[in-house]
Amino acid sequence: MTVIVDYDAGNLRSVQRACSEIGVDAEITADPTRIRNAERIIFPGVGHASTAMRSIRARGIDQALLEAFETGSPILGICIGLQISLDRSDEGDVETLGLIPGRVRRFEMRNADLKVPHMGWNDVQVAKPHPILSHVRPGDEFYFVHAYYPDPVDQGCVYAKADYESTFCCALGSRNFFGTQFHPEKSGRVGLELIRNFTTWNGTIA
Amino acid sequence: MLSKRVIACLDVRDGKLAKSIKFVNTKDIGDPVEKAREYYLDGLDELVFYDITASSNRRKIMLEVVEQVAQAVFIPLSVGGGVRDVQDATDLRMAGAEKINVNTAAVERPALIGECAEAIGSQNVVLSMDIKLVGENPNQPSGYEIVTHGGRTATGLDALTWATEGEKSGAGELVVNSIDADGTLDGYELTLTRMISEAVRIPVIASGGAGKPAHLRDVLTEGKADAALVASMVHYGTYRVSELKDFLHDEGIKVRLSW
Repeated sequence: MTVIVDYDAGNLRSVQRACSEIGVDAEITADPTRIRNAERIIFPGVGHASTAMRSIRARGIDQALLEAFETGSPILGICIGLQISLDRSDEGDVETLGLIPGRVRRFEMRNADLKVPHMGWNDVQVAKPHPILSHVRPGDEFYFVHAYYPDPVDQGCVYAKADYESTFCCALGSRNFFGTQFHPEKSGRVGLELIRNFTTWNGTIA
Repeated sequence: MLSKRVIACLDVRDGKLAKSIKFVNTKDIGDPVEKAREYYLDGLDELVFYDITASSNRRKIMLEVVEQVAQAVFIPLSVGGGVRDVQDATDLRMAGAEKINVNTAAVERPALIGECAEAIGSQNVVLSMDIKLVGENPNQPSGYEIVTHGGRTATGLDALTWATEGEKSGAGELVVNSIDADGTLDGYELTLTRMISEAVRIPVIASGGAGKPAHLRDVLTEGKADAALVASMVHYGTYRVSELKDFLHDEGIKVRLSW
């Protein structure tokens, strides 16, 4: 069973609807046992990193995710789901899950012509092949809404980049974890295909 | 680099698609879910649904429409029309709307913007403004005034002041809808759009007046808008969404081309 982690972080049903569009039944759950035992896990999220962390700890979901990461279940983090998989976020200066070494930084927005947050469609440039990004071609765009971006310690974790104020990591992976800063569930066909790739991924990088 | 967005606005009345000319004489022109899916498959970047239903059970009908549309399209979906409180906003979000548009109720009670931002995140709160050219005067130094109720009620609010207040209060995006241009198909109000876009740091969606592809080009360049809202020109089949995007691309504007 594919589960979608529920921690009051908004629009879970849009992820569920995207799964259903590609023929995958996904269960929304906040139950740590269901998450621990799931075949694969989608960890979405919008909102504030520190609020998200509080909610995750209160429900005991943090431990379940750490265990799932250890046991090798494929995990897809989306937006805040990706961000709180790193060690620390500048948003609320909060310690996060720490599945992947790194921190989440805010766009500095020195260029007054740029709007905040980074919202809309932007090119995703694949930096390194990954089964989940196998369908992405140059010029493919995904939908972003964020003011913070992931900055992993190991640049080898960076699988895709995008340009805004500067070039930033917009998809990262480590073992059975893969995360996107953009929203595949709102990114039309290329987004749905990304989710489809995840649902057939065995959690290893060949 | 971010692409400029082409957004289609669908006015929904009693669950049916309607299109108004200068906000009066609306007529039904089809099924909103079918239209939404058609545009989505043709490369639309975002959808806006505006509920113009007057009946008392409007909310229920609209929630059903949003629910159905959210199952048919996988791009951002924005919904507005009659959002009066946080409950309205969260109900629509639960039904599948990404962003919530506030308009008249925010004019009447500006705290609504902040309350919605707190509840669903600033980036999901769109302040929609209906604006009329009144000429510079002591009350409206920008020369533009905010109007409500489809343009029938003057509010006295200066449009530029309201836009910057909206941004400060927590709106994540602005819709600049020119009542004067709405339904004319003569082009967007470029002066107004540019003035507001230059005054805020949140994205601006230009609305009202789109009739030709060149109008989109003009408002996305000269008008400095981040997105262009279209309605009649695509609803009646005069232009296809993909045609508009191809045109913009040929004019050197970055738009999403692969979908």
